Amino acid sequence: MRRGDFLSHVAWTGAGIAYVLGARGIVRAADGTPPGAYFVQISDSHIGFKQPANPDVAGTLKQTIDRINALPNQPQFVVHTGDVTHLSTPEQFDLAKQMLGTLRAPVVVLPGEHDALAGGAARFLSVFPPKSGSTGWFSWDAGGIHYVALVNVFDFEAMGLLGNDQLAWLERDLTPLPKSQPIVVFAHVPLYALYPQWGWTTEDGAKALALLARFDAVTVLNGHIHQVIEHTQGNIRFATANATAYPQPAPGSAPKPGPLTLPPDVLLARIGYRTVEMKGGHATADDVSLA
Amino acid sequence: MKTLAMAALTALTLLAAAPAPSPPAVTVHIEDFAFVPARLTVDAGTSVRFVNDDGEAHTVTAADKSFDSEGLDTGAQWTHRFAKPGTYAYFCELHPYMKGTIVVRPSSQS
Repeated sequence: MRRGDFLSHVAWTGAGIAYVLGARGIVRAADGTPPGAYFVQISDSHIGFKQPANPDVAGTLKQTIDRINALPNQPQFVVHTGDVTHLSTPEQFDLAKQMLGTLRAPVVVLPGEHDALAGGAARFLSVFPPKSGSTGWFSWDAGGIHYVALVNVFDFEAMGLLGNDQLAWLERDLTPLPKSQPIVVFAHVPLYALYPQWGWTTEDGAKALALLARFDAVTVLNGHIHQVIEHTQGNIRFATANATAYPQPAPGSAPKPGPLTLPPDVLLARIGYRTVEMKGGHATADDVSLA
Repeated sequence: MKTLAMAALTALTLLAAAPAPSPPAVTVHIEDFAFVPARLTVDAGTSVRFVNDDGEAHTVTAADKSFDSEGLDTGAQWTHRFAKPGTYAYFCELHPYMKGTIVVRPSSQS
């Protein structure tokens, strides 16, 4: 056990799937063991939100960034899985970009539906240009992992929706890869029907999952629902992340989704970041709260 | 001081008494992830005020994109004047299952 009892550790490949808050991030062995792929996920910062559920979302994002910057082993990158802003205003984008720019590690930012208001994707894409291409979805390879960033918030008629162009691109992107290729997929809205009654689903997500089904080890990491929920479907393992802003109710536990107002100390236990370490193509995650 | 206050009061009274250029505004409330009323009929030229009384942000966006409130936070409001008769379907971009309709009939004055 590394670093004592508070370092909780969950292998999604194991039989028991659970997560425990309060870990302090991954501490690597001092013998210089070569690192595998290792990154951090943050999500749902809602910069501009001012309601009682969290009157200082910039403050909690800053706390999150400070803790990530203080990790003894810096992640290879930090991915933000969307809803960087609350209402897509230029001021909110400016502040979010400035704050995320203080991370020591490189940052990959995906849009949430809150980042695509006021005329769609253009504003987001100009502030956070994609790693490649101009559509907003892209892939890259690093440390033996094939990473895919999908966008399921640009069509508002149904949400989430990937659309045929993106699905065709995904098929082209995956076709050359052997089934042993480890894959990590990021998207804002969960790709499976997590709780459609609250819009927590991607209408054509099943088509993307069909393209991913032939691979030995796929990890899909999402945001949107402001809480950790894990799910397995064949060789595909899903996990949504906590927000840095405020939690939402568990599916069906309230009449409607929306910001959950909690006492300040309880709030901090329900928001934070996630470290992800890849071993043999499988993800090992720690969800770390700000409490 | 007294004179100033009187003047201000007079100005306010004059403003209030000024003839309305269009029919009085009507209000659609946004509450519990719904537009209330979901279907509203108004005369052409009516301004409709949308007030977000919900704990969550919403938008008022025409299905044909002919109008868009952009993001409306809790407590925010947005007014749109419906000049031309027709049936206008709208929804919330953040929660597309929230739908509403404004039916605009030809103005009773014309």
